[in-house]
Amino acid sequence: MEVYLDNSATTKPYASVRNKMVQALDENYGNPSSMHRLGVNAEQLIRESTSIIAGALKVEPKEIIYTSGGTEANNLALIGTALANRRRGNHIITTRIEHPSVHQPLVHLGENGFNVDFAPVDKTGRLIKESLYGLVNDNTLMVSIMYVNNEIGSVQEIDELAAELKRIKKDIIIHVDAVQAFGKYRIYPKRQNIDLLTFSGHKIHGPKGVGVLYVSESIRINPVVFGGGHQRNLRSGTENVPGIAGIGQAVKEIYQDFDNKIARLYELKQYFIRQLAGLEDVSIIGIPNECSNEFEMEHLKKTAPHIINACFEGVRSEVLLHALEDKGIYVSSGSACSSHHPTPSVTLSAIGLPKQLLDSTIRFSMSEMTTREEIDYTLENISQLLPKLRRYTRR
Amino acid sequence: MFKAFLIKYAEIGLKGNNRYLFENALRDRIKEALGRLGKFEVSKEQGRIFISCPEEYDYEETVAALKRVFGISSICPVAVIDSSDWELLTQGVGDYVEAMYKDRSFTFKVEAKRADKNYFLTSPEICSRMGAYLLARFPQLKVDVSNPEVRISVEIRTKCYVYSIVIPGPGGMPVGSNGKAMLLLSGGIDSPVAGYMISKRGVSLAATYFHAPPYTSERAKQKVVDLATKISAYAGKMKLFVVNFTDIQLYIYDQCPHEELTIIMRRYMMRIAEKLALQEGCLGLVTGESIGQVASQTMYSLAATNEVCGMPVYRPLIAFDKKEIVELAKEIGTFETSIQPFEDCCTIFVARHPVIKPSIRVINKSEGKLAERIDQLLEEALSTVEVIEIG
Repeated sequence: MEVYLDNSATTKPYASVRNKMVQALDENYGNPSSMHRLGVNAEQLIRESTSIIAGALKVEPKEIIYTSGGTEANNLALIGTALANRRRGNHIITTRIEHPSVHQPLVHLGENGFNVDFAPVDKTGRLIKESLYGLVNDNTLMVSIMYVNNEIGSVQEIDELAAELKRIKKDIIIHVDAVQAFGKYRIYPKRQNIDLLTFSGHKIHGPKGVGVLYVSESIRINPVVFGGGHQRNLRSGTENVPGIAGIGQAVKEIYQDFDNKIARLYELKQYFIRQLAGLEDVSIIGIPNECSNEFEMEHLKKTAPHIINACFEGVRSEVLLHALEDKGIYVSSGSACSSHHPTPSVTLSAIGLPKQLLDSTIRFSMSEMTTREEIDYTLENISQLLPKLRRYTRR
Repeated sequence: MFKAFLIKYAEIGLKGNNRYLFENALRDRIKEALGRLGKFEVSKEQGRIFISCPEEYDYEETVAALKRVFGISSICPVAVIDSSDWELLTQGVGDYVEAMYKDRSFTFKVEAKRADKNYFLTSPEICSRMGAYLLARFPQLKVDVSNPEVRISVEIRTKCYVYSIVIPGPGGMPVGSNGKAMLLLSGGIDSPVAGYMISKRGVSLAATYFHAPPYTSERAKQKVVDLATKISAYAGKMKLFVVNFTDIQLYIYDQCPHEELTIIMRRYMMRIAEKLALQEGCLGLVTGESIGQVASQTMYSLAATNEVCGMPVYRPLIAFDKKEIVELAKEIGTFETSIQPFEDCCTIFVARHPVIKPSIRVINKSEGKLAERIDQLLEEALSTVEVIEIG
């Protein structure tokens, strides 16, 4: 049995996405900038995707920019906005649990004349609101907050945070990294006070190598990639037509039958963590304090539907990961993107997880394709493996 | 601009009646090394190997490949002059100098060799007459026989060759001229260097790697495959045997004192490697051990691991400092791969205070506790070996 529980790293593309991309490669291979019909046909594919995406976000098509993925979209949002608006202020606020594609551009801006503050989170990975609001000053230009944390699935109350930040300082620009949230939540930037929003194709059963940045038309932004002036001069480079066709199709499909999909994911999550928490020396990370051992749905719904992070005391996460891999179960230790570096996870450190547990956590991330049978198979294998793995340790 | 190379070899030249075996091996290794790069013709020619390049080729890439062929002492890009007729020869050498050196205000010396001992001039006569010709044609040149800036070499064979660039080769002996050995390859810095050094003496290699899933990852295995591929750039094709060591390791963990785990593990690794070596027709084992580097490499520990092998164990790094090994690893290009941070099976359960002076008697006694299942586990490990062809 193959059980893929690493959907926060990447997802399996929908068959319809694949078909759409094959068609784009086979038939619509023209350059969308070309004057002839092949170019027009390719451009038409982009228009279709843009219209789907703008429709899903309830924004204007001209507010959609395609990039090479979430990382580039975050870079463009942060660096592009900071450079275009530096006269308005040089202070930027973010959180301590951002993905490196937000954290690192901000570190770069910090080295180049901007002041960056990192707002703390509580033990469950939620922003401490008063601390965040307290950081705003006259120079605050922008606040960047991730919607869903990629490692532990904690969710920020974006509506309330954005509204309050704008109440404190009217012209604050709000950027939201929604890479893990898009397709799991209905996101309408204009109603939620979001000025810039990032998401990525391959986290929503679309292709790798394509991402989207929504840029409110009221925001001034500079390009970070220069060249032939494509996409209204904001992102030069011939458009990735197959990728864009693919991400459009993925957005279309992921919001079909949406409420049922999400309800099902929460039920699976509740079932999964109830069983996990029942095992010896296993704890669930990022669950709201209000939750009892029953993991009531009303509280659980304050976390993302698809991410479960569990700590297995006395087991090294990499060993458990490979042991599960051997059974055909694919999971992640820490955040997959940061697994290149043998350094402890930023998020887990920020929520104050004790040092000896940092190396014992596993992230399970589900998708709409995940089944109850797969979860049962996973649970069965974990409960068999734990005693054996705990017996053989370094001593 | 060069259409040919003359390859010189050092030590092979000292061999007696077996010399042709070494020469053939060198020719074949050169053919293999260049085979991937394009079309080259490689032939033996009286104490030299001659490579001609009939088609377009990449000079830098070709020289780099030749610098990895053991047995080559120097690589000389040559101009070929078809006739040994004196007038054509002097003309050809002069043209070579003209083409090679735009600024000809240097000191030089002509060095000559004639394979054809019936040639009408002796070597010293060739030198002085050729020198005179060049001085007449390029008046800015000056002769300096003791310390010239440029040495112009002329070799008269079936054809004539002229060269003034001599690129040092790696030395050693051609791989395949000295039997085969089994390298115990981990993901570390030392063992790839040990493999390189043994193969430099003409020994071809096979390698054994012990992996321990789920404690070591697929990437750790890929790292070892990458290292073997880098070694094979020098040592030629090799088989990599991947042994699943997990069950043996856990059994030792269960049965033996923890501080002896590493030593006992290493003894079983040697036993398994020796079995595979015998199957492969190898004449010895090769390890990257160096005295005192870690607890398992003290003289006591080495004696304890050595005791289980009947076959000779070659340890080319035995008296090297870590720093010297690192330098070599950088030189041969394995260092970057070796330092990738994947855990190997030697470190996963290592004791905080392993024995540093193991007594063979005590270790043998501890191994006695494995009697019940160890033979079966060894058999399983040997029957499930994965073989990867490298190079």
